Amino acid sequence: MTPLIELRGVSRDYGHPPTRALDDVRLRIDHGELVAIVGPSGSGKSTLLNVMGTLDRPTSGTAIIDGADVASLTDNELSALRAYRIGFVFQHFHLTEGVPAIDTVADGLLYTGTPPAERRRRAADALDRVGLAGRARHKPHQLSGGERQRVAIARAVVGDPALLLADEPTGNLDSVNGAAVLQLLLDLNRAGTTIVVITHDPGLAAQLPRQITLRDGRVLADTALTPAGTR
Amino acid sequence: MRQVPRSRLLGRDVLRLGGAGLRSRPMRAILSAVGIAIGIAAMVAVVGISSSSQAEFARQLSQLGTNLLTVSPGRTLSGRDAMLPPEAVKQVRRIPGVLSASSVAALTDLAVYRNEFVDPRNTNGIGVLAADRDLLAVTGGRLATGLWHDEATAEFPAAVLGADVAARLAITEIGSQIVIGGQSFTVIGILDPVPLAPELDGSALISEEIAAARFGYTGHPTTVYERSTDESVAAVRELLPATVNPAAPEEVDVSRPSDALAAKYAADTTFAGLLLGLGSVALLVGGVGVANTMIISVLERRREIGLRRALGATRAHIRKQFLTEAVLLTLVGGIGGALLGLAVTAVFAAVNGWLFALSPLVLVAAVTVTVVIGAVAGLYPSIRAARTHPTAALNS
Repeated sequence: MTPLIELRGVSRDYGHPPTRALDDVRLRIDHGELVAIVGPSGSGKSTLLNVMGTLDRPTSGTAIIDGADVASLTDNELSALRAYRIGFVFQHFHLTEGVPAIDTVADGLLYTGTPPAERRRRAADALDRVGLAGRARHKPHQLSGGERQRVAIARAVVGDPALLLADEPTGNLDSVNGAAVLQLLLDLNRAGTTIVVITHDPGLAAQLPRQITLRDGRVLADTALTPAGTR
Repeated sequence: MRQVPRSRLLGRDVLRLGGAGLRSRPMRAILSAVGIAIGIAAMVAVVGISSSSQAEFARQLSQLGTNLLTVSPGRTLSGRDAMLPPEAVKQVRRIPGVLSASSVAALTDLAVYRNEFVDPRNTNGIGVLAADRDLLAVTGGRLATGLWHDEATAEFPAAVLGADVAARLAITEIGSQIVIGGQSFTVIGILDPVPLAPELDGSALISEEIAAARFGYTGHPTTVYERSTDESVAAVRELLPATVNPAAPEEVDVSRPSDALAAKYAADTTFAGLLLGLGSVALLVGGVGVANTMIISVLERRREIGLRRALGATRAHIRKQFLTEAVLLTLVGGIGGALLGLAVTAVFAAVNGWLFALSPLVLVAAVTVTVVIGAVAGLYPSIRAARTHPTAALNS
């Protein structure tokens, strides 16, 4: 089976003079995995997430996402990949004030050209999956932090993406809400979604089946590799 | 590799997104739409007022007719005032197509006073005309009050006053006595203003008989009025000089008072041009204001743009969203401005007692113009929004 994500010697430089955010990263993530990418701030986690999510292109190396070489795709093709195959969850939720949860979730299908009625029907399903069926008409300010993040997760999975990328999904939550969100991610993974979670919290990472540790833009450790083959 | 469908954004969703952008900051939207509204209102009002004025003019003309021609003596070759022969009116009536004709004769050196105690220097600029009996019928004049000269009054010192004369002498009732050329006359009628013969407004009109008896009127008219059928106006105009004064046709001036009336209405175009210019400046400034607002909005909404890119929006989708927002913004101003212009026109027409006339096409054009302005103003901001890097949602 082809991997969902395959990075071969991926580097990403920023600015002048170039600062290397990712340095010769090699890794593969298969369908159905639940992976934590862990490392201190500045270790290149966010850049890695951007590359995996096709929001950014490598400066050098090859990134193959969902079977396609990112370098060979146009901006429109990358947009389509994000619309249909990739879901994002952000640390700051990115919910729009004054918009009911169901409409926020339905926006996850906005760029697939799905008709509004169908979007809302599937949004209701997704809210049900994250346990917020009773909060559909609630606006962000009426929801707790954990509930908001679950709305954001519902938006990310409403289109049944192959890959769910989560950037510090529990970073702004207390431990109880954080645990609930973690449990939700575990459940979604069990239902078949490939999930990559970025976190600086080793405690959270330890609860996931596979951990990839980043340091200064390089892969320091990957529990999927045999102890002998730590690159 | 499996084929992934293209990102798609439904047209109604583009509209909804554009509208949502405006609703999220209503005050800002209203303020930046005001400039557009003022510009459009000025333009709609200018067009509306001038078309109402034209409609009023057309109404007046249809009432007054364009078939009235006026004949007056010009100058002799030696530069002296020419005279029309006494039989001029009779000759004019014989021209084919002429329906009726009449004349007045200015009696020079006669002053008109309210009474004999008025300072003789205070003449009020009132002229005295000897008028024949068909004058009102031919010129379309109407009596505000009283009677016109007839056989019964012709032999008596009776006067009908033009509208301005009555106002200057402060005479509102018939039966008042005035002094013409040192002799006492009784006011038997007062005219309404005569649009096609404004010279009557400033004159006291007396009968030809009394003019001859009291002031030595010799029968030479100074102005002949003539109405013909509409089709024969041009032909009659050609024939008039030679008919009126066969001996010296070049000494005869023929004019068409309705043309002078048209000139009066057309004279307002300079003012309209000025307002139109102001309107376009307001539109330009309004457009710049909208562009400015949109650029600020794009900068503030980098995260939203990044989120939409992460959700699968293409650059074109982002561009469309912000372009739509700019167009909707100007459209709000345009529709508001068009309604304001409509109201101004209606009030202006009502105050002047005009017909209200404003083509719906003007409103359509106004709205079209605002759409174009919105598209132009939104172009750069929307391109800028589309260039926002997709990682903007994560890096904040």
